Amino acid sequence: MAKLSYHYPLSIRIWHGINALCILLLIATGISMYYVDPNRTLIEFSWAVKIHNITGVILSFSYLIFFISNITTGNRKYYKMPLKGIGERLLKQSQYYAFGMFKGEKKPYPITEQRKFNPLQKLFYVIIMYIGVPLVIISGWGLLLPESVIGAFMGVSGILITDVLHVAMGFFISLFLVIHIYVSTIGHTRSANFKSIVNGYGWIEESENAK
Amino acid sequence: MKKIASIILSLFLASSISLAAQSDSLENAADLEKYREVNDFVDENESCFKCHAETKYVLVDEFFGTEFVNSLCPDKMVTRDEYYSMVHKSFACLDCHAYDYEEFPHPLSARLEEPYQCIDCHGYDENYAHFQFEDIEMEYMESVHAEQVENFSCWKCHDPHSYQLTVRDDGATIKEAIAYNNDICLSCHSDFSRFELLTDREEIDILDTHDWLPNQAAHFGSVRCIECHTSLSDSTLVAHHVQPSELAVKKCSECHSKNSILMASLYKHEAKESRRKYGFINGVILNEAYVIGANRNTTLSFIGILLFLLTMGGISIHIVARIIFKK
Ligand code: HEC
Ligand code: HEC
Ligand code: HEC
Ligand code: HEC
Ligand code: HEC
Ligand code: HEC
Ligand code: HEC
Ligand code: HEM
Repeated sequence: MAKLSYHYPLSIRIWHGINALCILLLIATGISMYYVDPNRTLIEFSWAVKIHNITGVILSFSYLIFFISNITTGNRKYYKMPLKGIGERLLKQSQYYAFGMFKGEKKPYPITEQRKFNPLQKLFYVIIMYIGVPLVIISGWGLLLPESVIGAFMGVSGILITDVLHVAMGFFISLFLVIHIYVSTIGHTRSANFKSIVNGYGWIEESENAK
Repeated sequence: MKKIASIILSLFLASSISLAAQSDSLENAADLEKYREVNDFVDENESCFKCHAETKYVLVDEFFGTEFVNSLCPDKMVTRDEYYSMVHKSFACLDCHAYDYEEFPHPLSARLEEPYQCIDCHGYDENYAHFQFEDIEMEYMESVHAEQVENFSCWKCHDPHSYQLTVRDDGATIKEAIAYNNDICLSCHSDFSRFELLTDREEIDILDTHDWLPNQAAHFGSVRCIECHTSLSDSTLVAHHVQPSELAVKKCSECHSKNSILMASLYKHEAKESRRKYGFINGVILNEAYVIGANRNTTLSFIGILLFLLTMGGISIHIVARIIFKK
C-alpha cells in the first residue's frame, strides 16, 4: 500500500529550489549569450553577462553545500550505486518506462524509506551532480578568471577547450532538466512529485514491499 | 676694458667649442656591425646618434679643455635598436631630414623644412599598392584627428623612428599586434603631456570613459581601440577613419555575435590568410581568443540541436502513449 511520508527534508528542498532557480537563470542567460544577435535577443547581452556571472557564483556555493552535506548526512545512501548487476537494473527500469507502465505492471523499484530513487533516476542524478554540474562550475570559473586557464593544450588554446566544455556541459544539463521535469510527472499522480519537492511529503510504498 | 676682454674671450670660446658626445649606451661596436646588415649609412647616422641616442650630450671647449654636459630632451631621443628594426630601417637620417642638421646648433633653415608625408613617397607606387596608401590617406583626412587637431599628421601615430608593421606581420601574434596598436593611441590618450601639446581640451580618462565596458583589462588586451572607433573599411587592412566618439561601437553584440565586426577588422588579415591556405575561416577566431557569441562551434551546435530534438521526440511519443493508455 502507498502512504504519504516525509522524505524531502527542508534543507534538501531549499537547496533544490535555489539550485533549480540558478540553473534556469543560467540556461536563459547562457542561451542569450551563445546566440547573441544584434536584432533579436532574449536578454540584452551586458545584462545576460552580469546575471550569468552572479548566478554562477551562487550556484557554486550551493553546489559546495550539496556536495559537503551529501558526504556528511544520511542523504548519501540514496546516491550509492553498486556496480554489480547495474545493467540489469537499468534495463528493467527502462523497460518499465517504455512498456511496463502502460501494461499496468508493478514498479520494479518502488520508492521506499530506503530507496528514494529508482536505478535510472539514480544514475542520472549521480551523473548530473557529480560530473555535469562540477564540470560546468569549474569551466565557468575558468572563463571568469581567464588568466587561471592553461595557455594551450596540444596546440589548441586552453580557453577554447574550456569554452567548448562549458557550453557542452551547459547544454547537457539543459537536456537533463527537460527529461528530469518530464519524468517527475510520472509519479503517484502527475503533480505528486512536484508537490513533494515543495512540501516534503511524497507517496512511498510500505517497507515490506521493498527489494 | 674688462668688458672688451670678456667679449673677445667669449668670441674666442665660441669658435673653439667642438662637439663630442658620450657613447655609454653603445656598449660595443659589434652592435654597429649588426646594423650594417640592414643599413648602408650606419657611420653617417652615428654623427646624429652620438647626441640623439644619448640622454646627455657634451660640448667641449677645445681652448680651455673644459666640457659642458647638457641633457637632451627625452622627446628628441632616437634609439638605435628601434631605428634599425623599423620599416624605414635602411634610411639615413638625412633622407628625411635637411642636410643643415649636420650643423650644431641646428640652423633655422633646417627646422623650417616641411617634413615629407607618407603619400609623397608611397602614393601611386605599385610596390606599395597592397597597402592602399591612397585610400588610407582619404580615410585619414576625414578622421577626427585630421579635422579637429592642427598639426596632426600620419607621423603622430607612425613614429618616424620606430614604426613597425605588426598586424600584417605573421611573426607577431594577434595579442602583440593589439598591444602595439593600442600603445599608439595611448601614447596620447593616456599621456596628457603629449595630448595637451595638440589640443586645449581637458584630460580624457580612458578608464573612466569606458567604464561601461566590463572586464576592461581583458577587452583592451584583446581588441584594438580602432575596432570601435573607426568605420569599417573594405579596401584597407587597417581602418583609418577615426570617428567622433558618438559614433563609436557601444553595442556588445557587434563583436559578440556570429557576424562579429572583428572578422572584418581585427581578424581580417588572419581570415584572409586562412582562406588562402585552407579555404575557410572558421578556425581563426577560435584559436586566438574567446569571444563569447562569436566562437560558435557549428558542429557542436548541430549535435546539440539534434540531441534536443531526439529527446523532445522521445518525450512526445511517451506522452501520446500515456494519453492512449490513460497513465
Ligand atoms: C651635439 C649634439 C647633436 C648632434 C650631433 C645632432 N643633434 Fe639634432 N639636436 C640636438 C639637440 C640638443 C636638439 C634639441 C634642441 C634643439 O632643438 O636645438 C636637437 C634637435 C634636433 C631636431 C629637432 C628640431 C626641432 O625643430 O624640433 C632634429 C630633427 C634633429 N636634431 C636632427 C638631427 C640630425 C638629423 C642630426 C645628424 C645629422 C643631428 N640632429 C645631430 C643635438 C644634436
Ligand atoms: C622616414 C623619415 C625619417 C628618418 C629616416 C628620420 N627621421 Fe627624424 N623625423 C622625421 C619626421 C617626419 C619628424 C617630425 C615628426 C613629427 O612631426 O611628429 C622627425 C623628427 C625628428 C626629431 C624631433 C623629434 C621631436 O619630437 O621633436 C629628431 C630629434 C629626429 N627626427 C632625429 C632623427 C635622427 C637622429 C634620425 C636618424 C637616426 C632620423 N631622425 C631619421 C622623419 C625621419
Ligand atoms: C622619404 C620617403 C618615404 C616616406 C616619407 C615614407 N616612406 Fe615608407 N618607405 C619608403 C621606402 C623607400 C621604403 C622601402 C624601405 C626598404 O625596403 O628598406 C619604405 C617602406 C615602408 C613600409 C614597409 C613596406 C614593406 O613591404 O615592408 C611601410 C609599411 C611604410 N614604408 C609606411 C610608411 C608610412 C606609414 C609613412 C608615413 C608615416 C611612410 N612610409 C613614409 C619611403 C618612404
Ligand atoms: C590615429 C593614428 C593613426 C594615424 C593618424 C595614421 N595611422 Fe596608419 N596605422 C595606424 C595603426 C594603429 C596601424 C596598424 C599598425 C600595425 O599594426 O601594423 C596603421 C597601419 C598603417 C599602415 C599599414 C597597413 C597594412 O596594410 O599593414 C599603413 C600603410 C598606414 N597605416 C599608413 C598611414 C598613412 C598614410 C597615414 C596618414 C594619411 C596614417 N597611416 C595615419 C594608426 C594611424
Ligand atoms: C598624437 C596624439 C594622438 C594620438 C596618437 C591619437 N590621438 Fe586621438 N585625439 C588626440 C587629440 C589631441 C584629440 C582631441 C581632438 C579635439 O580637440 O577634439 C583626439 C581625439 C580623439 C577622439 C575623439 C574624441 C571625441 O570627443 O569625439 C577619438 C575617438 C580618438 N582620439 C581616438 C583615437 C584612437 C583610436 C587613436 C589610435 C588609433 C588615437 N586617438 C591616437 C590625440 C591623439
Ligand atoms: C568596445 C568599444 C571601444 C573600445 C575597444 C575603445 N573605445 Fe573609446 N569609446 C567607445 C565609446 C562607445 C565611446 C563613447 C562613450 C560615451 O559616449 O559614453 C568612447 C569614447 C572614447 C573617447 C572620447 C571620450 C570623451 O570623453 O570624449 C576617446 C578619446 C576614446 N574612446 C579613446 C579610446 C582609446 C584610446 C581606446 C583604446 C585603448 C578605446 N577608446 C577603446 C568605445 C570603445
Ligand atoms: C570591439 C569588440 C567587442 C565589444 C564591442 C565588446 N566585446 Fe566583450 N570581448 C571582446 C573580445 C575580443 C573578447 C575576448 C577576450 C579574451 O581574449 O578572452 C571579449 C571578452 C568578453 C568577456 C569575457 C572576458 C573574460 O574574462 O574572458 C565578457 C564578459 C565580455 N566580453 C562582455 C562584453 C560586454 C558586456 C560588452 C558590451 C558592453 C562587450 N563585451 C563588448 C570583444 C568585444
Ligand atoms: C525548474 C526546474 C526543476 C524542477 C521542476 C524539478 C523538480 C524536481 C522534483 C519534482 C523532484 C523530486 C522527484 C524526484 O525525486 O525525481 C526533484 C528532485 C531532484 N532534482 Fe530537481 N527539479 C528541477 C531542477 C533541477 C536541477 C536543475 C537539478 C540539477 C542540476 C535537479 C536535481 C535534482 C536532484 C539531485 C533531486 C533529488 C534530490 C534529493 O532528494 O537528493 N533538479 N526535482
